Amino acid sequence: MAENAFDLVVVGGGPGGYVAAIRAAQLGMETAVVEREHLGGICLNWGCIPTKALLRSSEIYHLLHRLDDFGFSAKDISFDAGKVVARSRAVAKQLSNGVAYLLRKNKVTVFDGQGRLAGKGRLAVAKGGNPVAELAAEHIVLATGARARSLPGLEPDGERIWTYKEAMVPPGIPKSLLVVGSGAIGIEFASFYHDMGTEVTVVEVLDRVLPVEDEEISAFARKAFERQGIKIHTAATVAALEHDGEGVTAQIQADGKGFEANVERVILAVGIVGNVEDIGLEDTGVVVDRTHIVVDEWLRTGEPGIYAIGDVVGPPWLAHKASHEGVICVEHIAGINDVHPLDIHNIPACTYCRPQIASVGLTEKAARDAGYELKVGHFPFIGNGKAIALGEPEGMVKTIFDSKTGELLGAHMIGAEVTELIQGYTIAKTLETTETDLIRTIFPHPTLSETMHEAVLDAYGRAIHF
Amino acid sequence: MPIEILMPALSPTMTEGNVTKWLKKEGDEVHSGDVLAEIETDKATMEFEAVDDGRLGRILVPEGAEGIKVNQPIALLLGEGEDPSALDKLAEKPATPVAAASAPEPLRAAEPRPLAQPAPGRRGNGKGRIFASPLARRMAQQAGLDLAAITGSGPQGRIVKADIEAALSVERPTPTPPRPTSQPQPTTLATLPSLSKERVLALAGNPPHTERPLTAMRRVIARRLTESKQTVPHFYLTVDCEIDELLKFRAELNGKSDAYRISVNDFVIRAAALALRQVPAANASWSDEAILLWDTVDIAVAVALEDGLITPIVKNADRKGLATIANETKDLAARARAGKLKLEEFQGGTFSISNLGMFGVRDFAAVINPPHGGILAVGTGEQRAIVKNGALSIATVMSCTLSCDHRAVDGAVGAQFLAAFKKLVEDPLTMLL
Repeated sequence: MAENAFDLVVVGGGPGGYVAAIRAAQLGMETAVVEREHLGGICLNWGCIPTKALLRSSEIYHLLHRLDDFGFSAKDISFDAGKVVARSRAVAKQLSNGVAYLLRKNKVTVFDGQGRLAGKGRLAVAKGGNPVAELAAEHIVLATGARARSLPGLEPDGERIWTYKEAMVPPGIPKSLLVVGSGAIGIEFASFYHDMGTEVTVVEVLDRVLPVEDEEISAFARKAFERQGIKIHTAATVAALEHDGEGVTAQIQADGKGFEANVERVILAVGIVGNVEDIGLEDTGVVVDRTHIVVDEWLRTGEPGIYAIGDVVGPPWLAHKASHEGVICVEHIAGINDVHPLDIHNIPACTYCRPQIASVGLTEKAARDAGYELKVGHFPFIGNGKAIALGEPEGMVKTIFDSKTGELLGAHMIGAEVTELIQGYTIAKTLETTETDLIRTIFPHPTLSETMHEAVLDAYGRAIHF
Repeated sequence: MPIEILMPALSPTMTEGNVTKWLKKEGDEVHSGDVLAEIETDKATMEFEAVDDGRLGRILVPEGAEGIKVNQPIALLLGEGEDPSALDKLAEKPATPVAAASAPEPLRAAEPRPLAQPAPGRRGNGKGRIFASPLARRMAQQAGLDLAAITGSGPQGRIVKADIEAALSVERPTPTPPRPTSQPQPTTLATLPSLSKERVLALAGNPPHTERPLTAMRRVIARRLTESKQTVPHFYLTVDCEIDELLKFRAELNGKSDAYRISVNDFVIRAAALALRQVPAANASWSDEAILLWDTVDIAVAVALEDGLITPIVKNADRKGLATIANETKDLAARARAGKLKLEEFQGGTFSISNLGMFGVRDFAAVINPPHGGILAVGTGEQRAIVKNGALSIATVMSCTLSCDHRAVDGAVGAQFLAAFKKLVEDPLTMLL
């Protein structure tokens, strides 16, 4: 069994862990990553990336049904679900290999196995219960991620009742589907399967879909989904799931009434729990609160020398947040002066449903609750030339400013390609620009990004094209 | 590639400096050790020496430029045989606002530049650029805060919203909207309530006035003494010393040679130094972890300047004779007034002395100059009626008031020091022991 000493060891090779490791190596630390399953973590292998590949397929299929709008005609449009899934897996594989290459290039040692804290500055690595290596490191960064939460009575069976993982590699496209939970994961699958031809029902326990988004965006999205034909029940719960050989019967409670829905498949997307088990936290000062590790602004846990980043630390459960935490954690360890804690108000969030949704900063309600006086701007995609030319006039941009200081408090977008646009507002927020700077910024014509400019102008009563 | 000559950090507290004079011109040969320019810092004017050989290719910051941040390029040095056109490449770097603004068109680069021409890109107000986010600028403007008085905590020291909020929370302890992600900012001096000109004028009722711009030294005095009075718990002990013996002794000593002229203050320095040696607990500074008892006795002596004051240091004053102290203080004071002190000559010290006796001040209490544990304020020597053994008599009396940092020096220690000091002053022969 190998005995190895490092400056820094990362447990978990996801977007938090591998980025932290590469940054540590760049800073001259002897670095190792311990990964139990696949480099790139959930994000690359079972999350962000493969779902984007699937959604690209469903988007194309959707466009094929609109060919006439663009002057084309075609017959016998069909798809091979196996090929759609295979492409998604190939994309994931390619990127996972890419991570392996990047780690190698940066001279980061990778251990294949499960890491477990084994005393101060020590980590035991085991694979299938067999010891692989004993590692010693002054700094150990836990980046173990999170997994789908399961609720009593709503346990996945991997066949008819899926989590994201099974939903990503379906044996075929089901005729009907119930999605429990309307957060980003649930809604992306709802959108994918609906566009692939499945009859989709979404059940959300809260009173609106995408409940972390701005209320107007939620309402806009719901209208769009329902117009497409997705059935949505909010303020609703699934009391029980019964399945026979053919399908699943769901007992749904909504508005004080109960009803049944018969579906071929169910996807459970009811939240996330941190992976805090079996990593040796028991005899340490690491504090765990509701399945997430408690850290300070430099990602330090209660145990000196132990750090935690990414999903295991808590929401927002986003790959880019994990990566940034990894960099901050490592740079702080390295004693770099110009390191700054993460500001959660500057973390963008994207949902790749159709229409896409993207946001950064406070919602209008959160801003009002925080006591701000607001200036709020809106701009619809129908007022944007590029959106109309693309045939994507469904969308809206909303900006929220502190009326006193002109601080951009939040920006919320729904529509085509808004996930590619939100970084403009994120830069603006990170640099602490005010409305003046945004108004003076020249947005190129014709682009969808002009809607961002107009939404700023509108907040100050100056929108030109609406 | 040309070497960037950066505004040097000539003292630990220096964050920006003024270029008072260029001693080399563009095109001049420069050898390591040559004096390139005179730089005015918050404390003094200092000579800035070249560390590399070459030719002064371009002066980026003209004479008289103020508030140039430390590490900002002030000139470009060409290496041997290097072509002047290389200057423009470097000058285009966006990191240096002065240079970036001045990047000339390529054709002009080959022409010899007139030597006396002021470097382009000088900012209209002559002030250094303050890096602040647009939001921070607006918030500071709305609150009447002076950005120059605020230390930035953002990337590269940029002033950001949190810094303004911290400054405002010091000024007005009203609750601001909670910011869950930003940790509380430590209250630093730079974020003390600012007194904008508008505010002061309003408070004063806007009477006619003239403005004297703040020098770097004035800002440091304001900052450090505010810090001292607000954070150092001062207490004061006063003692009257009869100095007739000392005056007589001084006259005798000064009559013996023209090689020195010992002042009363030189006796005070020597006596204070010896007293600190006798009561080492008074030669101390406070730190968060421990009280630091100094092994050496280095006495800082306040010297008034036209536009402020500076405290040159008589090092190892307890081990120096009166003549040495006299000559040293004379030299230090002269160079201090000329702004020519070297950094190590006015930074540090373990104790200070301030003497306003020459102005007829009877006694006063001085503000401690951190991190010193104490400062002795020396009044004028004057004839006073005193009662001795039940009879009225006349003596020349000098009142001295010791300000102590109570965190490091307690009352009894201060009193012991003063007693030792008084004994030495009143029996000046013992100072020679």
